[in-house]
Amino acid sequence: MQFLFRYANPHNFMRLSGAVLPFTVIACLMCLGLGLYLGFSAPPDYQQGRTVLLMFIHVPAATMAMTVYGAIAVCSLLSLVWRHPLSDTAARAAAPLGALFTVLGLITGSLWGKPMWGTYWVWDARLTSFLLLLFVYIGYMALWNAIEDEIRAARAAAILALVGAVNIPIIKFSVEWWNTLHQGESIVSGKTAPVFLAPLLLMMGGYFLLFLTLWMVRIRTAILERRARNLMQAGAR
Amino acid sequence: MNFDPLNFDMGTYAVYIWPAYGVTVLVLGGVTLWSICAWRRAKARLAALEAGQAP
Repeated sequence: MQFLFRYANPHNFMRLSGAVLPFTVIACLMCLGLGLYLGFSAPPDYQQGRTVLLMFIHVPAATMAMTVYGAIAVCSLLSLVWRHPLSDTAARAAAPLGALFTVLGLITGSLWGKPMWGTYWVWDARLTSFLLLLFVYIGYMALWNAIEDEIRAARAAAILALVGAVNIPIIKFSVEWWNTLHQGESIVSGKTAPVFLAPLLLMMGGYFLLFLTLWMVRIRTAILERRARNLMQAGAR
Repeated sequence: MNFDPLNFDMGTYAVYIWPAYGVTVLVLGGVTLWSICAWRRAKARLAALEAGQAP
């Protein structure tokens, strides 16, 4: 906890993130570049043909949609329990990124579903719970904007984020708990051939690093905006 | 692991694969540009305020 609180200080965060950002940008570009190169060099899958290429953008987007929500839930918990000074800012900054990953997961999944399942959409447990995640993201962002008092808005949004976190294990295990059209887990169980796993893991790493980079940039922006607001208020007095 | 040479021929699946990649590039590129622009705007505004030249 000491570590977290040390970097909860906006000044320390600006210093640390400023030093880390160039490395995350370079690592992100390397992962995405190599991932795409290997992806487009991978042979066609014996069942899916070249649509296997959709896996390299769909799985990372869907994984990040849930990871980002997890990060928001952790930040919300830190905010509610320990009044961690930066956690509200961090949670709010992550939400639009998570929502966009969810949208990408839905669109790319739909475009993968049509040639594989014969339909763009089916109301099975995985797809429905994933769509619900998008609505939770939208609700979370709307709540932040609906309440004028920032402290009250942060409190309400944090509670909503923690309630909405129930959906994450439902999405994850939906393919095991219910009979779904969506395929089951195939990465950890080792069912993915190495020739597809290598580009997939690189793309997942690239997406994660992209999120980390943009998250830090957005938190830094929020800190600067807050400083500007404080200066304006001090000037008005 | 045996990789082939780079292959951009998607055959009959091109109609699904390229739009998916296109949307992905558009969304991720867009949010990256949006975040960088917002950061630059905030930085410029704060600098102006600190210099006593608030717009």
